[in-house]
Amino acid sequence: MALALTDEQRLLKQTAEDFFSSKAPVKQLRMLRDKRDPDGFSRAMWQEMAALGWTGIAIPEEYGGSDFGFFGLGLILEAAGRTLAATPLLSTVVLGASAVQLAGTAGQRQSILPAIAGGKLIMALALEERPHHAPLQIATKAARTAAGYRIDGSKTFVLDGHVADRLIVVARTAGQPGDRDGITLFLVDGTATGVARSRTVMVDSRNAARIELNGVAVGNDAVLGEVGRGAEILEQVLDLGRIGLAAEMLGSVSEVFERTVKYLKERKQFGVPIGSFQALKHRAAEMFCEIELAKSAVLESLTAIDEKRNDLPQLASLVKARLGDTFFLVSNEGIQMHGGIGMTDEAEVGFFLKRARVAQQTFGDAAFHRDRYATLEGF
Amino acid sequence: MQQLEKFREETRAWLEQNCPASMRTPMVDDEVVWGGRNATYKNPDGKLWLDRMAARGWTTPTWPKIYGGGGLTKEEDRILAEELRRLRARPPLSSFGIWMLGPVLLEYGSEEQRREYLPKIVRGEIRWCQGYSEPGAGSDLASLQTKAVDMGDHYLVNGQKVWTSYANYADWIFCLVRTDPQAKKHEGISFLLIDMTTKGVRTAPIRLISGSSPFCETFFEDVRVPKQNLVGKLNQGWTIAKRLLEHERSMISGIGNRQGGQDRSLEALAKHYAGERDGRIADAALRERIVRHKMDGRAFALTMRRAAEEAKSGAGPGAASAMFKYYGTEQNKRKFEILVASLGSQALGWEGDGFAADELAVTREWLRSKANSIEGGTSEVQLNVIAKRVLGLPD
Repeated sequence: MALALTDEQRLLKQTAEDFFSSKAPVKQLRMLRDKRDPDGFSRAMWQEMAALGWTGIAIPEEYGGSDFGFFGLGLILEAAGRTLAATPLLSTVVLGASAVQLAGTAGQRQSILPAIAGGKLIMALALEERPHHAPLQIATKAARTAAGYRIDGSKTFVLDGHVADRLIVVARTAGQPGDRDGITLFLVDGTATGVARSRTVMVDSRNAARIELNGVAVGNDAVLGEVGRGAEILEQVLDLGRIGLAAEMLGSVSEVFERTVKYLKERKQFGVPIGSFQALKHRAAEMFCEIELAKSAVLESLTAIDEKRNDLPQLASLVKARLGDTFFLVSNEGIQMHGGIGMTDEAEVGFFLKRARVAQQTFGDAAFHRDRYATLEGF
Repeated sequence: MQQLEKFREETRAWLEQNCPASMRTPMVDDEVVWGGRNATYKNPDGKLWLDRMAARGWTTPTWPKIYGGGGLTKEEDRILAEELRRLRARPPLSSFGIWMLGPVLLEYGSEEQRREYLPKIVRGEIRWCQGYSEPGAGSDLASLQTKAVDMGDHYLVNGQKVWTSYANYADWIFCLVRTDPQAKKHEGISFLLIDMTTKGVRTAPIRLISGSSPFCETFFEDVRVPKQNLVGKLNQGWTIAKRLLEHERSMISGIGNRQGGQDRSLEALAKHYAGERDGRIADAALRERIVRHKMDGRAFALTMRRAAEEAKSGAGPGAASAMFKYYGTEQNKRKFEILVASLGSQALGWEGDGFAADELAVTREWLRSKANSIEGGTSEVQLNVIAKRVLGLPD
């Protein structure tokens, strides 16, 4: 219920901020980009995060996690967003672990959750097939075979897709693209025969992949949840992903805003700091208000996950739309207020602009979520 | 925890017993209880409700008991507010004394002043108005020119105030006056309390674009004010003035989330007046405006709640009140623009039979809402305050 942080939460937030600013400052992302690192993230750092218990923070103790809850995970994601740290937190800990917890059989949980908590397994959600988020527009087919299913289709914008050990493939066992019924989730090995993965180099230098599925054969035990009823689980998992991503975006927004305000105080023109000009002051003050609202929405939606509230879909859309808009505004203003310096690759503000657009497109942009919110509210 | 639950039970039982049935219906404009020496009660239950709540100090739940307040803790106050909401109870008293003057008297007033004025505010016996703006001192409030000259046993006040809300109904005015014309403009201002019945005080209502006249001009001509009516120290009134503005901003900022007059939601009105298709508002552009407004409103309400939780109890609202004033009033203006857009030409009537009473109310309230981002410091002034006091940007 509370929106103010407890001491324990404050400590975790501080620990996470210290961790990412020392282990993964923006220059680490620049280095991964410039040397064309094949993994696109630091596996060594991922192990350190696992050792700190962060990979298992939302996983029950019986599966090797700490069950600290989503609120804590949100604080870590926010800290990661401050430095644009490239990690598989979203794909693996938020999406992968949640899907398995929500829908997995005892066996699936046992084989996957402890491995995630231990930092030994990376997962990815192979969902999108179009340039815009459309969770029901699934054409990928899973046809019944004697031993299980054969999956054919192609996926795009799969976050961490090329490094994932295990994929959750959203496929259709019945119906047409657009139908809610007939969607089924499958656990597919990243290196299974017929899976062709190619990394797509994105503007934000983070990981995404195209995945072709050509006659991929899986057994019945690969089905995650109920056959034909995958849309329900998918929606719940996506809402967690939207909220988790919003928490990460909040960190990025806060960082780029603080850097911009600092620059307004330092940069002099006409003999005075440019931050003394009212044209810039008012825009900075407006951004401050938008960010305060964003912060409240993030804290409320993280709380709502842990409290299992039934207005979670509304809150997920509220927070993803708001952070999409706010990150868009603050990253654009960040560039403009840094002037020519902001256009250089050397200044890091451009990294935030690029990340803002990728994050905006991930799991639905602001327009998608306003439409969804209105629909959920009955108008 | 148990104590709080007990408090909730007792409060609920008392409210059930004591809140008159007609005070549990939506407020109507001419039944708002402002109190004062000349108060009239169109609905006698209004007086009953006020007296019962005031007897417990619950018109000002957190003020100390020695001044007539309820002496409640922050948690108890929250529970009382929740229980009042549960009954949909009307506020027993609307008062600039409660919202603005009282908090600064608690902070800056002398013990004598607190004992004299606070209990009367609690009981709604004195209605206050605010003497801040002048014809030449709006956003640049500190350039005010109304003079108070030290005459030994009293101050002699001459000058003019403007936008004094309800001055024509008020019993007393809290007033900013210049007591040192030689000093720098922020350093020669004092904070005075003046009885409106004093010889030489005159008010004249100002007719606004909405057709109503909530504001007045107030004139002071050789008005004698006893020296004990000075609050705080001589020439240090600006500090008090700014603090009072913070309270005023907090008061105004809640406005965006009030369900001003309409029983039906924005989306229900839009469906009714602009059409509905497959359960949706038919006009996609209007639907987009409404959903944006509602989502912003929800995030804003969460932010007000978070600020209340984060505030150390007893601390004033601080610079963040500028954000709430700015965002809340802009949000309220957007709400009325959406209402006018939704109702179409039915929101554009002025009077007469062609329009329902609630349609005419939308028209007038839309016009009234334009003042929200001007009164209590313009939106531009609020942005200046945020830039300077929150973000630390240089002058």
